[in-house]
Amino acid sequence: MNSQTSHFACRIERVERENYRVATFTLDLALDAAPGQFVMLWLPGVEERPLSLMACDPVTLTVARVGPFTTALHERRTGERVWVRGPYGNGFRQTGEHPLLVAGGYGVAPLLFLTRRLQATSAHPTVLIGARTARDVIFVERFGALDVPVLVATDDGSQGTQGLAPDVAARAIESQPVSSLYACGPEPMLDGVAALARRHRLPAQLSYERKMRCAFGVCGTCARDDGWLVCRDGPVRFEEP
Amino acid sequence: MNPEITLETNLCGVRLPNPTLLASGILGTSAALLERVARAGAGAVTAKSASLEPRAGHPNPTVISWEAGLLNAVGLANPGATAQAGILRDARSKLATLGVPLIASVFGGTSEEFAGVAQVLAEAEPDFLELNISCPNVGDEFGRPFAADPQAAAEVTRAVKAVVDVPVIVKLSPNVADIAGVARAVEEAGADAIAAINTVRGMAIDVRAARPVLANRFGGLSGPAIKPVAVRCVFECFAAVSIPIIGIGGVSNGLDAAEMMMAGATAVGIGSAVYQNGPEVFARITHELATFMTEESYRSVKEMRGAAHK
Repeated sequence: MNSQTSHFACRIERVERENYRVATFTLDLALDAAPGQFVMLWLPGVEERPLSLMACDPVTLTVARVGPFTTALHERRTGERVWVRGPYGNGFRQTGEHPLLVAGGYGVAPLLFLTRRLQATSAHPTVLIGARTARDVIFVERFGALDVPVLVATDDGSQGTQGLAPDVAARAIESQPVSSLYACGPEPMLDGVAALARRHRLPAQLSYERKMRCAFGVCGTCARDDGWLVCRDGPVRFEEP
Repeated sequence: MNPEITLETNLCGVRLPNPTLLASGILGTSAALLERVARAGAGAVTAKSASLEPRAGHPNPTVISWEAGLLNAVGLANPGATAQAGILRDARSKLATLGVPLIASVFGGTSEEFAGVAQVLAEAEPDFLELNISCPNVGDEFGRPFAADPQAAAEVTRAVKAVVDVPVIVKLSPNVADIAGVARAVEEAGADAIAAINTVRGMAIDVRAARPVLANRFGGLSGPAIKPVAVRCVFECFAAVSIPIIGIGGVSNGLDAAEMMMAGATAVGIGSAVYQNGPEVFARITHELATFMTEESYRSVKEMRGAAHK
């Protein structure tokens, strides 16, 4: 361990392209972490940002190219260095025999991690991947390889069912046993899943994303309006039925 | 808790239910967070420093932890004085029912700016204004902090005291040769209380990256590492001035709080200890302090104040 400073210096072992703007980076670092937890990834001279874990041994991160920081990461090649601190936050807890996992866009990453952990128990997860359009749908093969049922919803109907993820999830709840909901994705989608959970009296675990600084609950940067700290109280929020 | 002892604290005529207070820069970014910390047991809460115009702060990394504390250079990120006054008003109404006083924190690049921000924030009627003349992390922009020089510190204090009626706390820097001299200068300029200390200027280098970890290169060190520095500074200020002192720096348990009071503190700021324990740290420290007082037969926090000056 690189204990003299706050970060682990590590190298990129593998880069896999998921679609036109998303890639998965596997690092030569193993952490003891739970699905839903995150790390702070530092590119010296660029920035440091929170990223959810897609796997922890080795640390694997799925990142969309959306701004200067993620562009700088996407320009790194295999063998190049990145710096990591963490893991931070509280991950998902395992609840229910038939969990439905709702992923929006690159929110698939922590839910793939979760699926692997759930499969080690007696649970039978189903995954719903929501995206704007077919080219934003990723991880169908990765979930398929784990032999879990995969539903796809796109806003424009270009792949899977046409509709918003919470609406398609609602139909799934009516047609198959669902014991609990998990979700990671844009906040309007999380709001939709929370409403769905209330309607069907299902426990839900929602993973939030926010701009962060410290990542350990002192700076207040990631606080929601109710004073809930995404980094320390979350990023997973429990909605009891 | 032993009914014989009282933790009630009088700071410039304002009643604090206990002597622990949330130090500026920690969790003070919103009314909901200030309320949360008050509900968790803080005797007073300090909001994040505000400047006249909004500030984005420094790029990350801005806050890191190491073995004995935190190193930060957030760079005074804040929404600007007008928006901050809104946050303070909201916080004040949330805190009123709890009986927990609110401290607003002021930052400016000049004495005039300090006075301007103070006026805007004072309209929200906080119980105190704290002048952050000692931030170590904005030197590239503003030069040496006012707290580095007794005359400059006094000038800012006078400028603010001339325009507000609310009690003014001046937050001093440990990064000076003679903190007692600065304390005397701000007392003469009309300061109602002193907060000591702000963070200690520090730096961390990642040797594998061969570069400073913080984007700002330098940062302010806080946490257990700086407690002896803080205790010494409070001790020196207590010997030099008669206005109350808020002792801040590395307090993470009840005995640390007692130590700070025996050095001369009337109230004790808590900041980095939130890192290990979350906001619940306030209730724990208060409980430990009460236990210590029972064990050592102190009936009030006042009896401990300056007890080490023999």
